[in-house]
Amino acid sequence: MKKYTDQGKQDTRSGFGAGLAELGRTNPKVVALCADLVGSLKMDEFISENPGRFFQVGIAEANMMGIAAGLTIGGYIPFTGTFANFSTGRVYDQIRQSIAYSEKNVKICASHAGITLGEDGATHQILEDIGLMKMLPGMVVINPCDYNQTRAATLAIAVHQGPVYLRFGRPKVPNFTPKDQPFEIGKALLLQEGSDVTIVATGHLVWEALVAAENLEARGVSAEVINIHTIKPLDEAALLKSVAKTGCVVTAEEHNYWGGLGESVARVLTTHLPAPQEFVATRDTFGESGTPDQLMEKYGLNNKAIEKAVLRVMEKKS
Amino acid sequence: MAELKDLEALVSQVRRDIVRMVHAVDSGHPGGSLGCTEFLVALFNQVMEMRDTFDMDGIGEDLFFLSNGHISPVYYSVLARRGFFPLEELRTFRKINSRLQGHPATHEGLPGIRIASGSLGQGMSVALGAALAKKLNGDPHLVYSLHGDGELQEGQIWEAAMFAAGRKVDNLIATIDRNGQQIDGPTETVMPLGDVREKFEAFGWDVLSLKEGNDLQAILQTMEAAKKRTGKGKPVAVIMETVMGHGVDYMMHTHAWHGKAPNDEQLQRALAQNPETLGDY
Repeated sequence: MKKYTDQGKQDTRSGFGAGLAELGRTNPKVVALCADLVGSLKMDEFISENPGRFFQVGIAEANMMGIAAGLTIGGYIPFTGTFANFSTGRVYDQIRQSIAYSEKNVKICASHAGITLGEDGATHQILEDIGLMKMLPGMVVINPCDYNQTRAATLAIAVHQGPVYLRFGRPKVPNFTPKDQPFEIGKALLLQEGSDVTIVATGHLVWEALVAAENLEARGVSAEVINIHTIKPLDEAALLKSVAKTGCVVTAEEHNYWGGLGESVARVLTTHLPAPQEFVATRDTFGESGTPDQLMEKYGLNNKAIEKAVLRVMEKKS
Repeated sequence: MAELKDLEALVSQVRRDIVRMVHAVDSGHPGGSLGCTEFLVALFNQVMEMRDTFDMDGIGEDLFFLSNGHISPVYYSVLARRGFFPLEELRTFRKINSRLQGHPATHEGLPGIRIASGSLGQGMSVALGAALAKKLNGDPHLVYSLHGDGELQEGQIWEAAMFAAGRKVDNLIATIDRNGQQIDGPTETVMPLGDVREKFEAFGWDVLSLKEGNDLQAILQTMEAAKKRTGKGKPVAVIMETVMGHGVDYMMHTHAWHGKAPNDEQLQRALAQNPETLGDY
């Protein structure tokens, strides 16, 4: 099994920016919109190369979602850009009626997701967005794990017909997936084989899961690590195959345990293959100001938390 | 070009469709539908350029977006009578397994509908997006939208109004149905809108006033004038004064029939005031 190494820290939002710039060069139907956060979303390259295909809407996210829906009528593929908080909760009804129910080909691209947004605090740290978006019928929900995967996901969603929520983050984190790994929506990636426990992780927690697995190996625990970049549709086959082998699962995500990846995994397992599960997630709480590392430590979202959860869940195995 | 008398005959028939549709399911919104009958009949049969077949992208034709989706009865009747879908399908309005949902939707694939509406205040943004797509496509056709006046209480309308003028979206004609009524009462009581014309002008729109919004000739003249104002760097608004419930005497000048269906006796009175001209569905 291939061991993954950190090729250097980069932010996932820059992966989005690189993917969007590439789409600007290769797909004339791709247009972009932003609500006064061009720099934060790393959209500058697309804008400078395609000024006629970019729409600055100002601080008016509801209007941005409606305009994006309208742009699909005429054949365009709009990518909206703002923080995850303002991409979801603030505009839920606009997304629900004008995009999801109307089946519009809009790509909602959301940066600064989760608690690693850091110092700005809880007003900006959304930990509920995966739940909000996965509940919308037909909505695809993707949370890539590093720069390379976010870039690849950005390219992939342009080809997918239908609404997509693409969630990524602010901090620089290890970039470890292969540069040209193809991104297949809804297809989980088995990063490391193991036999004692399955760790299912998404977003920034995937690297933490790999670190945890390495530490567990030293303690004699063989952990299988699955990168679930697509939370909806969930790769149920990959999940069931792994848990059939290991008999227990830990889910890890930078999100509330209400409504997150963990609940989606629990639904699949209780239906097809009941198994002990532990949740690495925030526990019905808002975040607060701090550095990303401090927050991940305090809210139990790092490799140490995953390691502890693995030991807990293995005790529950009969 | 349609003759005025043909349009008048169509108006009478559409009014019959509206009251029969809402009566059949004892639900729906007749008041605003009746008030906008002349406007939508004129729009779909004279004002707009449309191709013979419907597709979602609508390239090479004018587009229409209904933002106040609750007046679906008039929208469905006008679409059916224009040939978008079979007339008898009006019988399915608001019933199970129908393409004619309570509020317009694309989900069931009803030809003529390009966006779901019902939750208010979203249609102007969508129309703006479609207008921008027309510009990107080099398509000189126009985008029309219709909004209730109560709907102007939604903040998103003003986000859209600011964008439209700021980005010079001058291929959009947005009409406001200024009937002065909303569910809970007169607009000026529920939440005063003030001078709607001044508000849009202050946002940078080119605004036309249509005082006789239930008069076909006045509508046709104003919409022709509105078309001539497009392409000049400003979005165009038409403030159209209508009477809610127009054409059915007991429904006029009140908000009482905003979202209420007539009973059997009331239906007969409504039908007696609007002769059958083109055959009931």
